[in-house]
Amino acid sequence: MAVGLTLIFGVMRVVNFAHGDMMVWGMYLAFVLSTRAGIDPYVSFVVCAAALFVLGVAVQRGLVDRILAAPHEMQILLMLGVALVLENTALLAFGPEPARVRSPLARLTWDVGPLYVDVARLVTFGLAIVLTLALSLFLFHTERGRLIRAAADNPYGAMVIGTDVRRVYATAFGIGAACVGAAGALVSPILPFQPPTGLSLSVTSFNIVIIGGMGSLLGAFIGGLLVSVAESLGAVFLRPSLKELFSFSLLILILLLRPAGLFGRRAS
Amino acid sequence: MLRLDAVEAGYGDVMAARAVSLEVRAGEIVALIGSNGAGKTTTLRAIAGLLPLRGGSVELEGRRLSGLGPAAVVAAGIAHVPEGRQLFPTMTVRENLELGARTAAGRARRAETLTRVFELFPRLAERLGQLAGTLSGGEQQMVAIGRALMARPRLLMLDEPSLGLAPVVVGAIFANLTAINRDGLTILLVEQNVLRALRCSHRAYVLENGTITLAGDSATLLADERIKRAYLGR
Ligand SMILES: Nc1ncnc2c1ncn2[C@@H]1O[C@H](COP(=O)(O)OP(=O)(O)O)[C@@H](O)[C@H]1O
Ligand SMILES: [Mg+2]
Repeated sequence: MAVGLTLIFGVMRVVNFAHGDMMVWGMYLAFVLSTRAGIDPYVSFVVCAAALFVLGVAVQRGLVDRILAAPHEMQILLMLGVALVLENTALLAFGPEPARVRSPLARLTWDVGPLYVDVARLVTFGLAIVLTLALSLFLFHTERGRLIRAAADNPYGAMVIGTDVRRVYATAFGIGAACVGAAGALVSPILPFQPPTGLSLSVTSFNIVIIGGMGSLLGAFIGGLLVSVAESLGAVFLRPSLKELFSFSLLILILLLRPAGLFGRRAS
Repeated sequence: MLRLDAVEAGYGDVMAARAVSLEVRAGEIVALIGSNGAGKTTTLRAIAGLLPLRGGSVELEGRRLSGLGPAAVVAAGIAHVPEGRQLFPTMTVRENLELGARTAAGRARRAETLTRVFELFPRLAERLGQLAGTLSGGEQQMVAIGRALMARPRLLMLDEPSLGLAPVVVGAIFANLTAINRDGLTILLVEQNVLRALRCSHRAYVLENGTITLAGDSATLLADERIKRAYLGR
């Protein structure tokens, strides 16, 4: 989800419009694994992450690599192209009907006093925290991770110390896509989806990243919480179809008060 | 140790280095001096593999480096302290230093080299947890040099280490270069501060408009009328 986007943007300054569609592919993969092989999405998210990692590396190596030096508009066009290809392949493969993955967890609720706690959401939330923590550990405490941060901080400096920057980018893009794939699988029992869902997911995760601050993992996580709270409140107090109104109002408000986002660093 | 033979490099239509030939012998400090825009940085970038050669060849200890990328050049034993230092500003001093140890030799002797870097630059030991971007210019230069040393190179290249620093700090940096050289490290030093560079080096080359126009022992060049007139303002 947003954490993956933050990583890709933070490292390569590439705006990845294919983000939502990659997530939808994670969802369909979970769907196929669940219907054909009977694997629960709370298990198969690992497989989805691995598959999307490979897809991410392939997109980076085959396409993004060629245009890293090109102006930003070119990158946006390229990623929109990738998004269209992914969305339409999903349409061809799975058809336009909404799909939903069944998981026994999704039917469980806990009664805690006056509250119903949805077990599936709780598990998803817990795993999201674990994944974010694991990613931070990787970025701050392994050499590979430090290289990714170094290349994000100063790509030329990373080349000077003898780093194959393209390889670091491929890893970063792959990990970013893997986060998205895992996220897709984890929300697939909660959120019904169809191929065009990708676009709205992309928009939501941009919203999250901008609110949290470009390039900050913690920001992406907090931004995600804020957006989902805003959208739930919107759905309760207005109409479910108007929930985005809340999150976008939040976006505008935050951009007015803190143009760099909650945890963003000002461009220097 | 390092030999450049008629090296050509440039940007688009600009040929910034034209037929640059020079040699650095093991154990030496060699200075490459010249005014702003002469092509000094271009020459270093061509050696480092950061800019493709358009002609000529680069050899390190008899091994051709021409055509290798920056990663292979670092692995072959050349560390580069680039113009503008090019640190990782939002990473700590320790992380910056440790990231320099990307070669096999650097990895194997990481702890030992770190100790030596702290001997040379005690200030860095006090600033280990600080973000590199928050350091003073002199401290950043120390980190850049320390980061290059961490690779355990056979040849150290420095691009204007004195640029933008106060005279006291420049003096300290040059004293450190002499100490590093006494440890046995060969140095190729690019400088616009001609007086300092000639005083600290064994031999020097003068680069003008992308070509070497003068070469010799630094002591001889210090007394040369042309050098005095063009670079020392006397
Ligand atoms: N990135 C670049 N693109 C185009 N021209 C450049 C670039 N960098 C340097 N030059 C030109 O190349 C020439 C040599 O520059 P440089 O090697 O940086 O000189 P020095 O380091 O001796 O000051 C100058 O005329 C400069 O304008
Ligand atoms: Mg220069």
